Amino acid sequence: MYSEKVMDHFSNPRNVGEIENANAVGQVGNAKCGDIMKIYMDIDENEVIKDVKFKTFGCGAAIATSSMATEMVKGKSVEEALKLTNKAVMEALDGLPPEKVHCSVLAEEAIRSAIDNYRGGSSAATHSCGSDCSSCPNCK
Amino acid sequence: MKVYMDNNATTSLDKSVLQEMLPYYTDIYGNASSKFYEVGRVAEKAVLEIRERVAKQLGAKTNEIYFTSSGCEADNWAIKGVAFANKEKGNHIITSKIEHHAILSACEFLEKHGFDVTYLDVDSVGRVNPEDVLKAITDKTILVSIMTANNEIGTIEPISEIAKICKEKKIIFHTDCVQAIGHMPISVSELGADMISISAHKFHGPKGVGVLYIRNGVRIDNLIHGGGQERGKRAATENVAGMAGLCKALELANENLDEKISHMTKMRDKLIKGILDRIPYCKLNGPYDDTRLCNNVNFSFQYIEGESILMMLDMHGIAASSGSACASGSLDPSHVLLAIGLPHEIAHGSLRLSVGEDTTEEEVDYVLEVLPPIIERLRMMSPLYEEVIRSN
Repeated sequence: MYSEKVMDHFSNPRNVGEIENANAVGQVGNAKCGDIMKIYMDIDENEVIKDVKFKTFGCGAAIATSSMATEMVKGKSVEEALKLTNKAVMEALDGLPPEKVHCSVLAEEAIRSAIDNYRGGSSAATHSCGSDCSSCPNCK
Repeated sequence: MKVYMDNNATTSLDKSVLQEMLPYYTDIYGNASSKFYEVGRVAEKAVLEIRERVAKQLGAKTNEIYFTSSGCEADNWAIKGVAFANKEKGNHIITSKIEHHAILSACEFLEKHGFDVTYLDVDSVGRVNPEDVLKAITDKTILVSIMTANNEIGTIEPISEIAKICKEKKIIFHTDCVQAIGHMPISVSELGADMISISAHKFHGPKGVGVLYIRNGVRIDNLIHGGGQERGKRAATENVAGMAGLCKALELANENLDEKISHMTKMRDKLIKGILDRIPYCKLNGPYDDTRLCNNVNFSFQYIEGESILMMLDMHGIAASSGSACASGSLDPSHVLLAIGLPHEIAHGSLRLSVGEDTTEEEVDYVLEVLPPIIERLRMMSPLYEEVIRSN
């Protein structure tokens, strides 16, 4: 069902945890839908993501996409991180089953939400299930 | 260590059951409906004997046993067959919110064809109140279908009470016995049901064969049309090997049933107590008394999601199941867990462990050793658990 890369990032997730005094925190998803991703970033004065950590409530794909997305933005500039797409996360994981595509959307949104928060965007928590969940009755 | 803890999903095929089946795949290959030569007649005779033996096991008459391809087909036949055959009398069906999808989806199909269906609520342990059945009956009610035992949370329903109500009101009563059989004594006279569904693979028989018991006198239309097999009620060339397997498995299941039930209950309770002792923030779903199926354990673990638990258990060689949305491949978690009143987020974190007659103490100990650190590890990854740690 899952690729070896997904299994690797699920069983040995990179960057799990919190960053104390993080200057960027983003959270997407909701418990009702069964997925929440929370991203912490330490962004330096040159707008480079020095460190990034995540906490995720969700399925194997949600944990693996969080792990992969954090790996992909670590050490990158904020501008580069904003270019991360769910497609790139999926490709890096050698694909996801169709019903799990929304997990990669969530990962992309979680990164964006953290950066929004860094740039003075509203709250750290937003409510979104990802574009593939637009039909989700729980998110309406 | 490999531990199979998903006996509510399916069971292993008993070796002596396989032995009973093999001749019908090799020497006795004849079509049981081809009576003009020996190899057909031998098959026909086998079917007759098998039907008698199955009837004896269920306390039924031989001509009340109809073989199907599965429990799912038996359920579909019971619901649709009775609905269409009795539509002149009425168009109302009563069932519960925690039935298997074989019943629920068949009922939803009938709703598109002019039938009204009442889906009864259940209480917090998944029990249907017989009084609710009585209250729901109208002069249009033609069928009541309530499962004997629930496949997800193990609730055993008050079937004989519901059967009594239906008998008094002269309404056909069907019960899905698919999970119950092999895990509690089943006799059609004691249950009092007009129809019961069973499936061989839930009690160490082969996949692809089931039975619908239909009490003589029940008006039911055919579901599968074609040849005149099963006394003209269910077409398709007899699956003699499957029937032989179901029959042998049923006889074996009923042999020393009390001992098997007591062993499975012991393993179940060891799991339940062990989990409650070792893991905080969890909830046992379903009853914890003699109305719980002897082999079913179902827990919700707060702050984490079920599919992740299954994947980590699998890495340790343990096979189990979950009612989370991800595990069920839909947006919503299990309809059964929602029906007993669990919020979505708690239902997502469910785990079902179902033991079998061959489950050992060592296997249960292994699960109890492996599970707590898995739950802890996933919780440490969960943003929902952060707040719990902080508030402590």
